[in-house]
Amino acid sequence: MSGLTQLTKSLGRTVGGARWLSPLVLLAVLEAGSRAGLIPERTLAAPSKVLATLWSMIVSGELADNLWVSSLRIIAGLVIGVSVGVVLALVAGLSRQGEVAVDPIMQIKRTIPTLALTPLFIVWFGIGETPKIALIAFASIFPVYLNLYSGIRGVDLRLLEGARSLGLSRAAQVWHVILPGALPSLLVGLRYSLSISVLVLVVAEQINASAGLGYLINNARDFMRTDIILVCLMIYAGLGLAADGLVRAIERRALVWRPELVPA
Amino acid sequence: MDARLNEFTVPQFTAVAAPPPPGEAVVSLRDFTRRFGENTIISGLDLEIGAGEFVVLLGRSGSGKTTLLRTLAGLDPVEGQDVTVPSSRAVVFQDARLLPWKKVWRNVALGLKGADSRDAAQDALQEVGLGHRLEAWPLTLSGGEAQRVALARALVREPQLLLLDEPFAALDALTRLRMHELVLSLWRRHRPAVMMVTHDVDEAIALADRVILLDGGRIVAQERITAARGAERAGIAAPLRQRLLSALGGVVEERPADVVALHAGARP
Ligand SMILES: Nc1ncnc2c1ncn2[C@@H]1O[C@H](COP(=O)(O)OP(=O)(O)O)[C@@H](O)[C@H]1O
Ligand SMILES: [Mg+2]
Repeated sequence: MSGLTQLTKSLGRTVGGARWLSPLVLLAVLEAGSRAGLIPERTLAAPSKVLATLWSMIVSGELADNLWVSSLRIIAGLVIGVSVGVVLALVAGLSRQGEVAVDPIMQIKRTIPTLALTPLFIVWFGIGETPKIALIAFASIFPVYLNLYSGIRGVDLRLLEGARSLGLSRAAQVWHVILPGALPSLLVGLRYSLSISVLVLVVAEQINASAGLGYLINNARDFMRTDIILVCLMIYAGLGLAADGLVRAIERRALVWRPELVPA
Repeated sequence: MDARLNEFTVPQFTAVAAPPPPGEAVVSLRDFTRRFGENTIISGLDLEIGAGEFVVLLGRSGSGKTTLLRTLAGLDPVEGQDVTVPSSRAVVFQDARLLPWKKVWRNVALGLKGADSRDAAQDALQEVGLGHRLEAWPLTLSGGEAQRVALARALVREPQLLLLDEPFAALDALTRLRMHELVLSLWRRHRPAVMMVTHDVDEAIALADRVILLDGGRIVAQERITAARGAERAGIAAPLRQRLLSALGGVVEERPADVVALHAGARP
């Protein structure tokens, strides 16, 4: 008797504390709704159908091909945007004249929502790969710039003075003190840039693409294939998670000296 | 005992004749003045420090000790005043100021040129008793260990002038006494001129060849101590301590010079 109560109790505790439960319940409800005909497929495909579509797209290679195209756009855009952001932040962070020249422009740029530039970029760059990459690059400049710039300016002046008192040259101070000190901020900026680049990718690929995740979604929309749309949404979410994981991995390697990461 | 002391207490607001330092002077300031805006922090200060001399700069908080030390360190502009300091200097601050992203030995080797910089850093760390922490991250060190690394980092450069700004103020009493021994033994081996800032009278008496008392940006008293460090010095400590405290304008309380005596007991 008491054994049974305990079992129910412990079961209740496990289930009660489980954060994965409510999403599963939601999926079950959706599945049941679809099967019962309450949710038409053109509104929302059943979870089982979405999984089946995902599987067939994996097997046919359709998913990998389009994901590859989208990834190349993100990588190209990020490489350009992050490089430009880093260079501008170094210029503005390390010299007064640089700050006067660069920072006002960057603050103006910040007030313009990148996606509002889409029409202008199409006029300038046409509808090929260039405007897509340019949009991603443009959007990813600012988070890197802002964080690295404030990271450089926020470097502990006492450490800098300590290095100066040992006779280190300005270049050596930048290399040994300022840049390592600003690295954590740079990584924060990088994380923002990565997630923004996925966001911009979604919109950029609506521009007349013939391949890529956005192309898949547009096509699916025309044929009202909600299952494919949902598969693509899952992939977008996966991209965001992967980007975050990447920066975390970099942080673990680059910031081993931090107290919370140092084994006591 | 008092015969061993040359007293240089002078009334305030007159120029202080510095006692002749042993050997040639490595530091020399003439009529040095330092202002921050309207505030004159140091005015008309004359100072000479001889090669290998251990000078302790004593003064209450805000008396301008750090300002003077920063000038000797070359960290502040001197604006064309008559200031001579050796080119090889090293500073140990109250906070160790180690770069947290560099391992201990790389902190010590910071700015050293040449392939044997690691060996030099290792030797210096062994001298301060930290030969086993070469690869440690600075944030895992205790306060005393961090200051020892800072000492090693200063000494590995074989400076002619070693500047210490209240380096042990944040350490517990016992660790502080050990650090005194360490500083003295390093000083005897490398023989830099030392200027150490402190607000602790007993620390000054235990370590110095010469104690300089700074108040309101002026040297108000100097004491040369010729008694050997340790037991011999403990004997003269009480009257000296009283004189320094009264020159500081502090309350002179009767207290056995236990700190100095303890220090003498721990003599190598
Ligand atoms: N950078 C600065 N700007 C303005 N005032 C300063 C600056 N540095 C020190 N001071 C002033 O100089 C005085 C002496 O300071 P400091 O040399 O640090 O004293 P101490 O080290 O003896 O405690 C203090 O009144 C302090 O406020
Ligand atoms: Mg001070």
